[in-house]
Parts: sequence; structure tokens; C-alpha cells
Amino acid sequence: MADATVQSPSLQAQRLVRPVAGAEEWAQRLLILLLGTWLLVTVLVPLSVLFRKAAENAQGQFIGLANFAAYFRDPALVQSIYNTLTVALISTFITILLAFGFAYAITRSAIPFRSFFRSIALVPLLAPSLLPGLALVYLFGNQGILKSWLFGHSVYGPIGIVMGEVFFALPHAVMIIVTALSAADQRLYEAAESLRAKPSRIFWTVTLPGCRYGLVSATFVVFTLVFTDFGVPKVIGGQYNVLATDVYRQVIGQFNFQMGAVVGLLLLAPAILSFAVDRLVQRKQVALLSARAVPYQVTRRPRIDAACLILCVLVSIFVLSILGMAVFGSLIKFWPYNLSLTLSKYNLGALGTVGWGALWNSLIMASLVALVGTIIVFCGAYLVEKTKTWPWARSAVHFGAMIPLAVPGLVLGLAYIFFFNAPGNPLNVIYGTMAILVVNTVGHFYTVCHLTAVTALKQVDNEFEAVSASLKVPFYKTFWRVTVPVCLPAILDIAAYYFINAMTTVSAVIFLYSSDTKLLSIAAINTDDAGNTAIACAMGTIIVMVSATARVVQLIASRKLHARTQAWRNR
Amino acid sequence: MANGSGAQPYLRIRNVDKFFGGFQALKDVSLDVYPGEFVCFLGPSGCGKTTLLRAIAGLDFQDSGMIEQGGKDISALPPAKRDFGIVFQSYALFPNLTTAENIAYGLVNVGKDKAAIAARVAELVALVSLKGQERKYPAQLSGGQQQRVALARALAMSPGLLLLDEPLSALDARVRLHLRAELKQLQRRIGVTTIMVTHDQEEALAVADRIVVMNHGVIEQVGTPQEIYRAPATAFVADFVGHMNFLPGRIGEEGQVRVGAIALQADLAGTKAASGDQVMVCLRPEDVQVRGLQPRQSNVLQAEITELEFLGSFCRAELRLDVADNLELAADFSINAMRDLNLAIGMSISVALPPDRLRVFDAGTQAHG
Repeated sequence: MADATVQSPSLQAQRLVRPVAGAEEWAQRLLILLLGTWLLVTVLVPLSVLFRKAAENAQGQFIGLANFAAYFRDPALVQSIYNTLTVALISTFITILLAFGFAYAITRSAIPFRSFFRSIALVPLLAPSLLPGLALVYLFGNQGILKSWLFGHSVYGPIGIVMGEVFFALPHAVMIIVTALSAADQRLYEAAESLRAKPSRIFWTVTLPGCRYGLVSATFVVFTLVFTDFGVPKVIGGQYNVLATDVYRQVIGQFNFQMGAVVGLLLLAPAILSFAVDRLVQRKQVALLSARAVPYQVTRRPRIDAACLILCVLVSIFVLSILGMAVFGSLIKFWPYNLSLTLSKYNLGALGTVGWGALWNSLIMASLVALVGTIIVFCGAYLVEKTKTWPWARSAVHFGAMIPLAVPGLVLGLAYIFFFNAPGNPLNVIYGTMAILVVNTVGHFYTVCHLTAVTALKQVDNEFEAVSASLKVPFYKTFWRVTVPVCLPAILDIAAYYFINAMTTVSAVIFLYSSDTKLLSIAAINTDDAGNTAIACAMGTIIVMVSATARVVQLIASRKLHARTQAWRNR
Repeated sequence: MANGSGAQPYLRIRNVDKFFGGFQALKDVSLDVYPGEFVCFLGPSGCGKTTLLRAIAGLDFQDSGMIEQGGKDISALPPAKRDFGIVFQSYALFPNLTTAENIAYGLVNVGKDKAAIAARVAELVALVSLKGQERKYPAQLSGGQQQRVALARALAMSPGLLLLDEPLSALDARVRLHLRAELKQLQRRIGVTTIMVTHDQEEALAVADRIVVMNHGVIEQVGTPQEIYRAPATAFVADFVGHMNFLPGRIGEEGQVRVGAIALQADLAGTKAASGDQVMVCLRPEDVQVRGLQPRQSNVLQAEITELEFLGSFCRAELRLDVADNLELAADFSINAMRDLNLAIGMSISVALPPDRLRVFDAGTQAHG
């Protein structure tokens, strides 16, 4: 080297490079700030208000943990914690057992109709969680057709809740475990066999360890779902109180917002725990499958295959009979006295403006959520994943986008009351409007959509931005001309996910709707409360049909895209 | 042009440092690149060659130091304000755009009229021999064709500097040989100043006007391919470029190096080692002389052939030198020599180590020996 002489520190300091941010980079920074603000206002600030509320009395004075002390002095409320834990643990155990067997069957056995069974297991995603509750009333309720199967026990209580929750949580567990089991390396199995390991030993030493992170993840997801679910215990819980129904009663029934906040924070506890565990687990999961892995080859094992087939058939019967019972219940004239069929329950007009209006509200809300949510999520994920400016801000936004996963809908809804309904808040103009339902739902389901978008973007070449900069094309043009078209299948997936969840959600929006913005899922709960189970079933069925239609439209659109604009994917 | 006698450098890099956390990827790197030159950054992975390329492009900024292009300090400019075209190892072709649309991507943006764009695209398509592929999508092209599209796209805006980041390493061996020759011709024809990053020393020797050999964030040597190969400046360069024998020795008297029991004549100009110091004596396998030995020639040794590997046009022999235990020497013998001398495993032969071919480095500086 020409001058290897040591530079004096001051000269070195002068030569430090301070990159000049161009207009494009400032635009990116502005957008990141906007996104950060959005996440703050729609998730983090409302949650912090909820925390504060739990430490205040009705007059808004700070009273520390007095509310918690009062809570734990009330034996009825403490009983709810035990109840919630009991049903959550039992439901989780059963769900994970079934889901693992089911996932194993459709990934590792040679049974026929595997993709059909897989779709069956995902059907519950299309239904609001009150639907299994309604179906169980028809199946095992006081006038249920299978009441004798319970040997005199009542379905209204833990038995009904557990059955409903297994239905509700099954698809989530199946999806996670299928993903984990699909990531299998055939070479490991060949190595184990060549070392003459017995099948049972291979199962315990290769199969289970290979999917243990998936199992842990699924366990926590299911536990959190069940622990915080509102729809099932609301409909089938009877006198068996759980935390979710307590929140609802404290807030809606008794206007005791402070106690509602306390219970809300209790609901948050397992979610935060599982959130932390999930983050930890996902970090370890990364390098499980190398690029050289050989896909698992399914081989015929008659006895295991037979057991798998039986399990799949039984689980499918369970899922379909619950869904079918709800549909059937909506078609019966007067259960159980007049079993002739009628479509009269679907005449929502008979309920006055609430009926068709609620469907209309749901459709508008779901469409807006799909539109607004998808745009925000995808642009946000792009900013986080593909821009290079302000690394600290991008990782902060990414972390913020993870938070909603840990926040149960009821808690977020309650937090929204406290935040948006505060008199001093200029944003309270949206309180009671469609806008707050949309904002809330977009925030509530943000994380899964964000992760879907990030995953899709990670598969896009990282140098597109560098290439377009070298060609003097601004980043937003490349975003629009290349990134969006390439990610279109994932974008459609996000939109469908948002739409379906907005159709089926109950928990968050139950605190936020007004008489003008009542949604169909909420109308179903109210109708059932009023004793009209059949009409509630009809409403649930309509929701399932709309959700299914959305999914089918998305699948057809994806396939069409594949054939047309994505011609470049085919060689 | 290669050594820039008289010409002003087009690219001046001065005292560039780059840290990734506690790891220093570039250490006080300075370099001049002259107009129209084809320069290769060569080194093992992690040597800093790609980091330096990305600093030149503005994709990752150096922490300190200056980069000047065409007389203008570009150290702090974002990539969009710099003047370069780039081809990545992955090509980064836009998968939803056709060949023609990919090539026209930058042209469309500067608002040229359609006819001008079409003419320029046709010109570039012809330049990289892609006639007939204009309407295909990248996934429908072979790896070599994709590479040409990426090259045409990088050249479309007539950049002052062409940056190539391992552009050939994703291709299979035959296509790679073919394309690197084409790349060299194309570069010579249009005369664009070009920097290519590669870890393949053969590729660098074949295409570069000058090679910059890097290791651990510093430049080990800058020189023409012949200089790098014939006169490696450091033991690292000697080891990294081509095959090299390393014999441990000690400096003796009067331009002699003692290897085991014998004294070798060698040119000691390149080393600062004093009498008695430990050194490495280096010799390329093809420089081991087996035919036409003169009676009074220096550095003639007895050796036994312990291994012969047939490599097509020549044989690589492993020789065990008699003068010292455990001293092995690789030697390349032409097929002619093999035949004429009836060389076979187990034979004892005389070989000469020509003094002007021996290079001596300080011991302990070898890279990955």
C-alpha cells in the first residue's frame, strides 16, 4: 500500500463517512414513522391505557393493586380462574393429541384423500366460535339428539366448552403441526433404518424431536386461544364462568370497567407467556432443514395406515357433524317437535333492521378490513423487510407488529373503550362508527398477516432495490411494478385471511359496535341470548357460507393468476 | 492503460475502513482504477472483496475513507446518485418482466420515447446475443441467458462503471468458461471500466487486466495476471493463485536457502529475512525441471516418485526428496516427458529447482497451507 502510515485521530475523524439521505430515503423514513404511529395508536397506547385503568378506581384515582386485591377476595371470580385453567388445559391436551395424530396421518401415512382430510380440518376457521356452541346445544343439549351419550351430565358447562374449543382450536394446531412434520429429511429416516432402529425408536428419536418446536408452538397457541375464547363459553358455558365471560359481564352487565380491566390483564397473562415462548422457539426452528434435505417419502405401513385412516375419519365426522348440526338446526321448523325443513330462519328481515342490516354491516366491515388491512400490512412489511434506512426504527416496528398476536380480542376491545372513548381524545369521533371496528380488527389480526407478508417478501431477491437504484428507478416504482405483482398470491392470502376473520370475529368488536354497526356474528350471539337458537344457527351458517365463498374466490383468483400474470413462474 | 501511465484514475479509493460490529471487513484500503480497465477483486470468502464492491456502489457505506469516481467524491452519496451498472450473482432479474422489459427497466423511467427505447433494447439484445429471447420471462431462460439479460440491463444506461458481483459463479462449468470469454470481449469492445468480484483465481487470471488480491480486509497485491502468478508479493498470494509448493527452510550465506540438508540458490530480493531466519521457499509444480538437466546446474536434487495423478495434458507427480525426511514436492510433468523418461511410481529421478523460479517468503505468513 502506498501510504500505510498511521493517520492521526483527528484526520481519521474528518474522514468518517456520513451517508447523505436522498428524498427517497426520507420518504421511506416518513412512511416508517407513519406505520409506527399507526401501530402505537391502534395497539400499544390503548393497551397501556388498559393497564392504567386496572390500577384506578371508578373516579379515575390511582389505587395501585387495590382492584386486584378486591378481585382475589371474591371467591366467585377466583373460581373463574380455576375454571378457565381447567377447560383450557383439558381442551389443549385433547386438541394437540388429535391434531398431532391427524397431522401425522396427512403428512406421513399412505392413506387416501389426504388433502381432502386436510381441508376438512381447516373448515372450523370459517365459522365464528359461537357456532360449535350452538351445534352442541342441538347435539347434547336438554333436547339434544345425542343427549344420552353424556350419561346424565349436562353439556352446559365444562363438557360443552371443551368439545366446542376442540373444534375451534383444531385447525390452528393442525396447521402448525403439519408444517412442522412436513419439514422432514428423508435421509435421517434412511440413516435410522440402516442402523436397524425399530419403527417405534425412529418415531421417538427422529419424528418427535423433528417436530417438537411445532408441538410446543401449537400447544401454546391452542392454550391461549382457548383461555381467551369468548364465543364457545358464552353459548354453551351455562353457569360455568370463565375469565372471558367474566370480562363481558363486568363491563356490559355491571359497567364495572376497572374490574373488567383487571380480568382483561389476567387474560393477557398466558398470551404473553406463550408469545415469549413462541419467539424463543421460532428462533431455534430456523435452521432445522438444510437446502440439501431430501423430502420425506411416504411408505405403506398397513397397520399404522389403518389407524391413521380411522383417526382421520373420526375427526372429520366430529368436525362435519358439528358444522352440519348447526346448519341442520337452522333448517328445522321447531326443534324438537316439528322436524320439517324450512328456510324461514334465514329470513333475517323478520328481525327488523338488525337482520339484513347486520349482514350488510359484516360484509362492509370485512371488505374494508381486507382492503385497508392488506394495504397497511403489505406496505409495512415491505418497509421493514426491504428498505435499509433506520434499522432501529424498522426493528421497533417489526416488534410492534408482533404484539397483537399476544393480545386476546376481548382485551383489545376493552382497551379500545378506554382509549377511544376517553372524553379528551380527539380520536373519539370514530367511537361507535364502522371505522373503529375496522381499525380494531385490522390491529387484532395484524401479526399473522404481517408474518405472511414478510415470509413472501423474504423469498423475493434482496437485490431488486439495489438494481433499481443503479438504474435510477425510485423504490416505489419497483415496489409497484415488481414487488407487488410477484407477491400477489400472498397478498390475496392476506386479504382473504383478514376478510374471513372480520366475518367471524366476536370477541374484540363486542365492546365496540353500536346499534348502527351491529355485525352478524354479534347479532347471532344476541339472538341466541334471546333464546332463538335456530336463527342464531342460520346467522352462523350465513357467516360460514360467506367465509367459504371468500376462500373459494381467493383460491380461484390465485389459480387464475398462476395461469395468467404469473406465467413467468412456469418454465 | 493497465498501469495507468500518465492517465488519471477513474476511481480513487483512499483509506477505506468498514466495520461489521467488532469485525473489521476493510482495513485502510486504497486503490486506483483507470479508465477502461477490467479489474478483478480476488480472494477467499470473507476477505472483504464484496464489501469493497458494495461500498463503491453505495449499497453499504464504508465507515471512513474516500471514494472518488470521475473526479467527484461519491463517498456519502446514495446508490441512486452514483453512476454504475451492477450484475449480482443471483442476477436479480425481475421475474414478472420479459427480457426486453427487464433491459428497458431503467430507460423507461428516464422518459425516453418508445422508439428510442426499442432501438436501445434491440442494440443491447444484439450486444449480448439474445436475439429471439426478448419476450421470454427469466424463468424460461437458461442460467447463461439470464446472466446476459442482467448484463444488458446493467449496461442499458451506459454507466461509467460496471460492477460484477460473482456474476459467473451460479453457472455450470462449461457455460462459465464460455461466458467469461464473451464477457472479456464485450468489455473490451465497449470499453467500460469494470470491476468484477470473484473467488475463482482461474477466472480472474483469464479476464482481468489487473487483479486485486485481498485477504482479511487488506489488499495483498495489485498487479497484472502475469505479475500475480509469476511474482506473488506475499505467501498468501502465492498460495491462493495457482498451485504452489511450500518448503520450510532457513536463510543461509550468500543468497542461499537451506532446506533440510541442502543449500538452494534462490533470489532473496523479495524478502527482508536475515541470515538464520525461518523462511518458506515456494515453487510452482510446473517449474520443477526434469528434462535437459545440465551437469553443472544448481539446485539439482534426487527424488523418488511416490504418486502420479493423470490430469489429461499433464501428470501431477508427488516427489519425496532424498535430502530431508518428510519433504514432499508436487511437480507437473508433460505427457511428453512422462513418455520420454518412462516415469513411473517408485522411480528415482533427478529434478532441478530453477533459482529464478524459487520465491522466498518469511515463515508463518502462509495463508491456508
